[in-house]
Amino acid sequence: MFDFFRLKASTLSLGLCFWLGFSSNSVVAQNGPQPWQMNFRPAATPVMEDIVSFHNLLLIIEVLIVLFVLGLMVYIVIKFNAKANPVPTKTTHNSFLEVMWTVIPIVILVVIAVPSMKLLYFMDKAPKDKVEMTLKVIGHQWYWSYEYPDAGNLAFDSNLIPDEEIDVSKGQIRLLEVDNRVAIPVDTTIRVIMTSDDVLHNWAIPAFGIKMDTVPGRINEAWIRVPAEKAGVYRGQCSELCGVNHGYMPIVIDAMPKQEFAKWLERAKKEFASNARQVDLAQTKITIDTMVD
Amino acid sequence: MSDLTSVDNSAHDHHDHKPTGWRRWAYSTNHKDIGTMYIFLAMIAGLLGMAASMAIRAELALPEIQFITDSQFYNVLVTAHGFLMVFFVVMPALIGGFGNWFIPLMVGAPDMAFPRMNNISFWLLAAALVLLVLSGFVQGGAGTGWTAYPPLSNADYHPGPAVDFAILSLHLAGASSILGAINFITTILNMRTPGMSFHKMPLFIWASLVTAFLLLLALPVLAGALTMLLTDRNFGTTFFEASGGGDPIFWQHLFWFFGHPEVYIMILPAFGIVSEVVSTFSKKPIFGYLGMAYAMAGIGVVGFVVWAHHMFTVGFNVETRAYFVLATMVIAVPTGIKIFSWLATMWGGSIEFKTPMLYAMGFIFLFVVGGVTGITLANAGVDMAFHDTYFVIAHFHYVLSIATIFGIFCGVFYWLPKMCGNMYNETLGKWQFWITFIGVNILFFPQHFLGMAGMPRRIPDYPDAYAGWNLISSFGALISLVGALMFIYIVWVTIRSGERAPANPWGEGATTLEWTVDSPAPFHTHEQAPELEPKSATQPAE
Repeated sequence: MFDFFRLKASTLSLGLCFWLGFSSNSVVAQNGPQPWQMNFRPAATPVMEDIVSFHNLLLIIEVLIVLFVLGLMVYIVIKFNAKANPVPTKTTHNSFLEVMWTVIPIVILVVIAVPSMKLLYFMDKAPKDKVEMTLKVIGHQWYWSYEYPDAGNLAFDSNLIPDEEIDVSKGQIRLLEVDNRVAIPVDTTIRVIMTSDDVLHNWAIPAFGIKMDTVPGRINEAWIRVPAEKAGVYRGQCSELCGVNHGYMPIVIDAMPKQEFAKWLERAKKEFASNARQVDLAQTKITIDTMVD
Repeated sequence: MSDLTSVDNSAHDHHDHKPTGWRRWAYSTNHKDIGTMYIFLAMIAGLLGMAASMAIRAELALPEIQFITDSQFYNVLVTAHGFLMVFFVVMPALIGGFGNWFIPLMVGAPDMAFPRMNNISFWLLAAALVLLVLSGFVQGGAGTGWTAYPPLSNADYHPGPAVDFAILSLHLAGASSILGAINFITTILNMRTPGMSFHKMPLFIWASLVTAFLLLLALPVLAGALTMLLTDRNFGTTFFEASGGGDPIFWQHLFWFFGHPEVYIMILPAFGIVSEVVSTFSKKPIFGYLGMAYAMAGIGVVGFVVWAHHMFTVGFNVETRAYFVLATMVIAVPTGIKIFSWLATMWGGSIEFKTPMLYAMGFIFLFVVGGVTGITLANAGVDMAFHDTYFVIAHFHYVLSIATIFGIFCGVFYWLPKMCGNMYNETLGKWQFWITFIGVNILFFPQHFLGMAGMPRRIPDYPDAYAGWNLISSFGALISLVGALMFIYIVWVTIRSGERAPANPWGEGATTLEWTVDSPAPFHTHEQAPELEPKSATQPAE
């Protein structure tokens, strides 16, 4: 059974670090969520870095607004309670104030809108001439499958490792571990194209700033570029309700140096050779299953 | 017909004659009785919806599966919680309940414009509630989430009649709301007492009018979408199926074209109640009355052109997202006007902090907290980090579960003396407020952290790292439960044995027309159009 209190002592300080925004990679070797975490996971791509810095701006503005309103309310409670102020004023208008509390919010919104648009257009698509590799992601009830069109249609499924097979001593994390991780090379601009085989799913990697629905009949696109110093394991979970096992289809990405990735490709091509023409095989399998039925 | 009714009424005019027994309720055409039934229905549905949320929080209190071993059942709970709270708690309480009770009383009308239609509105909703509860018990239930996105909600992935039951339930609830909206609009437009021009209507009436228009325009779109889903499921059409030339995203457009106005449908009546309460207990007219009224109208209009901010991750092109980001942020402006006008109404007032006022102030502050996270989510860029995480849950529970429910509690404490003729116990009321205030904040604030750390919504089990905040959140749910039960207890005790309330228990600040009739409000009120003195009836527009 899970021991809640074991978590507590060793990790409270860690949570505090996150809260104060001192997130550092040394603490987070595995890049999963941390106990008592109060902030984003450390950013691993330029897109996520921009999300974090834009969110910092938003957070400051919003905290100031909340504190301002709270301050006014505290002042009102102290100054204008029935005891302190027995005779109410009858003021119902003040054009200057009314203009100010319309105009100032507009100015604040413009201040927000500019970096917001910058971020939006930056994250949208990788520039076409810079794409070095394509990764195909297909959502299924309830697992992901991946294809590498640039590597001879290398294809494999990625299934959850169930709780009873999790080996904590190997650093495996419950609900965030799969049998076949997706490998990607660092320092490479990767275009990710996504679709689904059945219902809506959502391929989400918090550290990459990616969260994109996989929709049957449609292809969605996102992009990744992990800098060399951020090589490591990144985790995410399906983020669109997709049925009974929605909570049990994690995503685990192994971002590795280019040479390692080349070796991994060689191994994977052999290991998953039987999947290479997956589409046909899948159809054959359906036919056979139907016949057996 | 109208002649007959008026003859009938005049016969009973002066002795408060009313039908007795079950006929009084089942056949009721009286706006007060129908309002009471709506509030009662909301309380029953509230208990059901709360039971679902308590089961969810109990399951999520610790990692690993505690007692909901069937994940489909977990999804059914999540779905039922959403449907119940939106369609059968918030809407019936704020619109059917307070709307029916107080629109005629506040505009000086003897009843709603169409009393018989009022009756069918209520009973359609009661039937809808039965259908929805039934859907949870047939063949696995509807585990689609309240958004019912196809393909998950179509016949391939939810075979069996559960989803059909839910669709028909929403159809009935929608018909009920459309009829109610027609009734509200007609009453407000035609039956105001002489002298009550639009710019002299109390803000609760403004809020109800805007809400009724939103209902009238938004719900037919939901009905259309539901019908298409129904035929997809049962008659082989493919509106939402890519394989037949349809598109699952099409559903999301239709759903959110209804769904986004729906969130304003839920919050605007609460805005109205809070405005009345703030003005009453500050003993001041509303500050910037016209700005307040037109801010609500503005929110209503802009609310129709921002729906796709719920869909930032479906794969829109970047221009579409850019438009919806900018349009959504515009809503912050009228909302800001409302917040600051409430504060300015209190400014210089002589405020009595009775329970309704505490709830109104709690509403204002926590609506700001939920509102600023709305600004965060409006930005499609950062929404990539937050979409479908607990941050979203925290955001919309701050504005709905906290602010709107505070609006309902505020209204009940404010108007209970008028509705049942007895005063609630002020000490108990204040305790109930603080317990609820603390409970809901402990419940929902940590969910911001969970969302930032990346915990997805609608999962029955989560990675162990999320354990800490989830336990605290579940602990907050327990405190909130105490607050909710205490609320029911206070209402019960007040009705049974509260002190008698005078016609106007709130003093000089309470200037709207409902305080000019006895407490409890007699069965028939305003049989003659009440006099509207320039200063007494409502906030002067100057």
